[in-house]
Amino acid sequence: MATPTMDKLEALEKDSTTSHLITVTFRIRRYNPEVAEEPTWQDFQLEIDPKERVLDALHKIKWELDGSLTFRRSCAHGICGSDAMRINGKNRLACKTLIKDVSPEKPITVEAIKGLTVLKDLVVDMEPFFQAYRDVMPFLVTKGNEPTRERYQSAEDRERFDDTTKCILCAACTTSCPVFWNDGQYFGPAAIVNAHRFIFDSRDEAGEQRLEILNDRDGVWRCRTTFNCTDACPRGIEVTKAIQEVKRALITRRY
Amino acid sequence: MKIHKYDTVIVGAGGAGMRAAIESTKRSRTAVLTKLYPTRSHTGAAQGGMAAALANVEEDNWEWHTFDTIKGGDYLVDQDAAEILAKEAIDSVLDLEKMGLPFNRTPDGTIDQRRFGGHSRNHGEAPVRRSCYAADRTGHMILQTLYQNCVKEGVEFFNEFYVLDQLLVEQDGVRKSAGVVAYELATGEIHIFQAKAVIYASGGTGKFFKVTSNAHTLTGDGQAAVYRRGLPLEDMEFFQFHPTGIWRMGILLTEGARGEGGILRNKDGERFMEKYAPVMKDLASRDVVSRSIYTEIREGRGCGPEGDHVYLDLTHLPPEQLDAKLPDITEFARTYLGIEPYTDPIPIQPTAHYAMGGIPTNVEGEVLADNTTVVPGLYAAGEVACVSVHGANRLGTNSLLDINVFGRRAGIAAAEYAKDAEFVELPENPAAFVEEQVERLRESTGSERVADIRKELQETMDANVMVFRTEQTIKTAVEKIGELRERYRNVAIQDKGKRFNTDLLEAIELGNLLDLAEVMATSALARKESRGGHYREDFPNRDDVNFMRHTMAYREVGDDGTESIRLDYKPVVQTRYQPMERKY
Repeated sequence: MATPTMDKLEALEKDSTTSHLITVTFRIRRYNPEVAEEPTWQDFQLEIDPKERVLDALHKIKWELDGSLTFRRSCAHGICGSDAMRINGKNRLACKTLIKDVSPEKPITVEAIKGLTVLKDLVVDMEPFFQAYRDVMPFLVTKGNEPTRERYQSAEDRERFDDTTKCILCAACTTSCPVFWNDGQYFGPAAIVNAHRFIFDSRDEAGEQRLEILNDRDGVWRCRTTFNCTDACPRGIEVTKAIQEVKRALITRRY
Repeated sequence: MKIHKYDTVIVGAGGAGMRAAIESTKRSRTAVLTKLYPTRSHTGAAQGGMAAALANVEEDNWEWHTFDTIKGGDYLVDQDAAEILAKEAIDSVLDLEKMGLPFNRTPDGTIDQRRFGGHSRNHGEAPVRRSCYAADRTGHMILQTLYQNCVKEGVEFFNEFYVLDQLLVEQDGVRKSAGVVAYELATGEIHIFQAKAVIYASGGTGKFFKVTSNAHTLTGDGQAAVYRRGLPLEDMEFFQFHPTGIWRMGILLTEGARGEGGILRNKDGERFMEKYAPVMKDLASRDVVSRSIYTEIREGRGCGPEGDHVYLDLTHLPPEQLDAKLPDITEFARTYLGIEPYTDPIPIQPTAHYAMGGIPTNVEGEVLADNTTVVPGLYAAGEVACVSVHGANRLGTNSLLDINVFGRRAGIAAAEYAKDAEFVELPENPAAFVEEQVERLRESTGSERVADIRKELQETMDANVMVFRTEQTIKTAVEKIGELRERYRNVAIQDKGKRFNTDLLEAIELGNLLDLAEVMATSALARKESRGGHYREDFPNRDDVNFMRHTMAYREVGDDGTESIRLDYKPVVQTRYQPMERKY
């Protein structure tokens, strides 16, 4: 290991062992129909290290200031997909967003993702989202006898759908889509991504059926290529590209 | 209060729960109760792979895998169970592939395999490529594939239902499972699920540590529910500390990073594992590597201004290899540390990772009421259970395997049992315990906060019962936990509502963590030897004469209501492998 690298790391570590607490205002959209019919904005001020996650700030608020603040979370490192929310107007995972990256010198707004019914604070009804997912047959369909060993798949064929296998069903893409906001019947980007994952899997034999499902009036043709979904995806999936590939497959019937 | 009736109820929807559900839904009317949406489960955070001696890339066989598992577990493994694990591994991986799991492929189009800690050719000769993987997101792919197949099979889920109590009823002198009591997060309503068979698959309990790879939700709810009802917990002193967690955060960086050629280095840049494990080096078993890291730190060779960590060095690996094989963990380093793994080594420290102990079961997943007696209608699989295939230390890639092999077995066994069994009549006031628990917390005017007690619990666990333990440190922990349990009686919550009251659930989860931490520390205090993940500086050697046996911890309540823990022991099943000194 070269010394320059070590020096750089020493500096980084020195930086992270000394605490630089800053004062940050979190402006959170609160809603609890047990308490009030209408949602309200509430400000919380925290002394916090800007290198912490927005999720850490929400925990600090819940654990030290207001136990009734409600949000979903689990893994806290961007894998489980529980904590998608609108932070400064943009869909992100609270556990993958560091405070320093969302302009902490101004109040940081946090609200529930849009287009799904808010149930309490940052918690939304995920059922319509998962229904759209289930509707695209998100599972491998094969015909004939199963082989005794594994099915063969070349590395290239495996690579063909790699991007869309990364989806964690957090709904950040679907709830950033203006078409979905205006029409909850639209399947939405996440369902199409999960259809793509199977349509382009060389082992699957139900591509035609899935394409027909997405040929529906609430299917892929509703997409207006605004790229909001691609921007919102915390896994870096090229969502719009996947939707375009499904559209193309519908025209050419080749996939 | 609502009452539901199902043949089979599964508690938890991670890998083990969903693998069980796929089997039991085909055979019996099944409900899956899960406190999270299924795809949020922590199986999804597993990275490196799933072991199976497919021999796709080099010679391998299940007997070698069995031996490695037993040796890895420092001979506390039940050898009949390990043999089943290794044998059924092969079909288990092939089943997942047929369900659609997108494994990485060899140039021939078969499932690719890579090296992992403790897995060796011919009983320890050299590392072997046994881990079947999908980049560094194998757990994610398993969780997604199993969920996809649950959708396909029409598995019935009750999402965000917290199981808070196990119903046991005595019939003709035998305690049988009658069902479970669940709390619905959305409404605060209490539900009774009467079931012929119940399977616990609710995962681990790592949240009693501060630096941990575990999700916030891993609070040992299943273990606590059966323990409170007088059933034993096995080998709770054995907890795995994964060598490579992100420094101070604990986020997991897969052992696959070392499988791909990554090297651990101290502040002098020295590859220190060569000293501790001359053959397997950085791929020695996790307990060995974690102790080595802390030995380096204690002897002043740790990195950083406080010398409190070491480096995982991937800088000599081609960026294309990191992008293809380790995309997620390299992104974690960038996101959370601001480090570029192509050019900079990553600061790491051991992180609390996996409970080897849990609810004792036999190889069919049936829960044990003591050393030999089965509880009719009660099953467990996955991290919540202790079969015991992991003994004193689990090998990497054996947990994704465990959930598939024993999840499947438990699902089949429970559904087959439910076919012939009658419903056990519910006890009078089945919801009484949960109603009382929920009301007490909602109405408490106490002065203690959940977050304060939890923080102190986590701090004492990290300080006293982590990688190195002594009688004195464990006693300090036991005392502290006792004090925190007293303070917990006086805990209050702020949210008094019914709707999505996560404040209330966090309080209940803390109660579970306190109970289990006490069991863990008490079991650790009594085990005066060092074995696998349990290392006692005051008893640094393994003691097969006195401690080649499983710990069985029971909760006892005296006539005056005082609680205590009674420890008993269970023999280890040994078949063909005699205990030897463990070297890597």
